[in-house]
Amino acid sequence: MKILVFAEQRDHKLKKTAYEVVQAARTVADQLKGEVVALVIGDAVQSFAGELGAFGAKRVLTVEDPRLLQYSTTAYAKIVADIALKENASAVFLSATAMGKDCAPRIAVRLDAGLASDCTSLKVEGEEIIATRPVYAGKALTDVKVVSSVKVFSLRPNVFTAGTGNDSAASVEEANVQLSEEDFGCRVVEVAQSKGRLDVAEADIIVTGGRGLKAPENFNIIEELAGVLGGAVGASRAVVDAGWRPHDEQVGQTGKTVSPSLYIAIAVSGAIQHLAGMSSSKYIVAINKDKDAPIFQVADYGIVGDAFEIVPALTSEVKKLLGK
Amino acid sequence: MKIVVCTSHVPDSATKVNIGGDGKTIDKAGVNFIISPYDEFAIEESLRFKEKNGGEVVAVSLGGDPHKETLRKTLAMGADKAVLLKDESSQDSFSVARAIADYVKEVSPDIVFFGKQSIDTDNAAVGSMVAEMLGIPSVSVVVKLEMQSGKVIAEREIEGGHEKVEARLPCVITAQKGLNEPRYPSLKGIMGAKNKPIEERAPAARSPKVQLLGMRKPLPKNPGKIVGTDVSAVPQLVKLLHEEAKVI
Ligand SMILES: Cc1cc2nc3c(=O)[nH]c(=O)nc-3n(C[C@H](O)[C@H](O)[C@H](O)COP(=O)(O)OP(=O)(O)OC[C@H]3O[C@@H](n4cnc5c(N)ncnc54)[C@H](O)[C@@H]3O)c2cc1C
Ligand SMILES: Nc1ncnc2c1ncn2[C@@H]1O[C@H](COP(=O)(O)O)[C@@H](O)[C@H]1O
Repeated sequence: MKILVFAEQRDHKLKKTAYEVVQAARTVADQLKGEVVALVIGDAVQSFAGELGAFGAKRVLTVEDPRLLQYSTTAYAKIVADIALKENASAVFLSATAMGKDCAPRIAVRLDAGLASDCTSLKVEGEEIIATRPVYAGKALTDVKVVSSVKVFSLRPNVFTAGTGNDSAASVEEANVQLSEEDFGCRVVEVAQSKGRLDVAEADIIVTGGRGLKAPENFNIIEELAGVLGGAVGASRAVVDAGWRPHDEQVGQTGKTVSPSLYIAIAVSGAIQHLAGMSSSKYIVAINKDKDAPIFQVADYGIVGDAFEIVPALTSEVKKLLGK
Repeated sequence: MKIVVCTSHVPDSATKVNIGGDGKTIDKAGVNFIISPYDEFAIEESLRFKEKNGGEVVAVSLGGDPHKETLRKTLAMGADKAVLLKDESSQDSFSVARAIADYVKEVSPDIVFFGKQSIDTDNAAVGSMVAEMLGIPSVSVVVKLEMQSGKVIAEREIEGGHEKVEARLPCVITAQKGLNEPRYPSLKGIMGAKNKPIEERAPAARSPKVQLLGMRKPLPKNPGKIVGTDVSAVPQLVKLLHEEAKVI
């Protein structure tokens, strides 16, 4: 059996999630005596595609074309599906990132394959891959089996660990896929990256502020703490709806689902819709002046008290620790 | 312009989930069902598209009779026509998409709107699958949409920023929060919707490609530690994060 991994790169750099998904494929393939082949797509990717060898890909295929500098849903889906067919892969793995979630369903249709999306764990039973995926925003977990002959799995970012890799090398081969103008029915024409701002979906540490902060300008204490921790600022829906913070910072059922190593919720009550988006974080800290706030039920550590006193003290204590 | 909007009918986001007797689905007793929140942005955008460009909006939902409630609300908001693809079996996203694509092909619309994900299964798949089945472009997680000479320019959210995507029509758009502010149905709309028929269709049989083996609740977390009740607890908290949790 062979697993094809679509490894995402942006700006000529592999994403951290690309290592995660190659490593996860390696773990599954080892149990099924299978092979892992990775695929990197872009305008010029040869120079770094081989890095995936260290995470378990024996072969790395590249597809390069100047038109692939920017993402195109239709063209990328075609490339991944064509290569999967050519390689006779029985499974395709990719990350459930913005790009992966966008093209995975199209890849599945092209391969007449079932899709298990946003999986948080994979195990092998006999010859089968059983995937666990959260539903109802993590309030329940399902175990699913893909029953089509080719199977597609997208894996939730930050959940599968890549480690640091070993010193295995991969052979890098250029693969050919014929692309016509027709294949670019949609294409990215511009990317606006918010400079210097880390996204909650990618951050390993998130500091979230809620309505208890009372005014948008009071988020400066949240930003400072996030700053010293090298983390991202998150927001509850209450503060997004009030227009205090942009909605791409919203964490929760109708915001982003996150699983950082450390999630600090400050003046957030912990409504069920908020918990849905963050309760799978590895460590949760709550700071709230109401000892009965539901956020304390999911927190590993809590301080009951006034955020305006505690957060600045926390920031300076962390600074001391990190020698900043 | 022919516009289609697809909506799913899901448990309210405040629902406390309990697993049903079959061990595979939730216990529906006492659960309040709503239009999936992202689908409301899709409906609003479909109505705005019609208001700007003329044409008609067809609302489509696949499921049992309870889905008519969602369709009725979509009509009340301003959709012209509603179609229930009557199918009560629990389905994977591929077979939901197949039935929707088969119907949508008949309508031959200029644009099809979906929510970015349905808040029950959280697959985030049906919209893009339908697009691939129809052989048309798709843009997912859209927060801004414009039409320019037979093309759409859509902005979608990605990690740490936005992508501006150009797509040919016809195409599929999946809506994200921020795209618009969904309207409330007017009294006139609500009254009018009562008299509009909901067409029922029986989709062709399909077999699922993903099999659900079981559903369970995540393991409850161990109760956490209240480190203190004032600022004097801060050094202890930092010590725990550094030495016990090892996250800073
Ligand atoms: C369909 C739907 C979807 C939703 N999706 C989401 C979602 O994705 N994400 C989300 O977050 N919410 C979501 N919600 C909203 C959710 O129900 C809550 O209303 C929201 O999370 C509350 O935000 P909050 O905790 O900031 O505010 P509040 O509930 O008002 O809590 C404020 C907290 O601050 C504390 N506080 C006040 N002053 C201080 C102080 N000086 N120091 C310390 N603590 C203080 C209070 O004790 C309180 O616990 C959704 C709701 C619905 C209906
Ligand atoms: N049963 C259904 N009937 C109609 N539309 C649906 C159905 N299920 C999902 N959709 C649409 O597809 C979107 C994505 O759903 P999902 O892929 O299940 O997360 C939803 O927001 C709806 O617009």
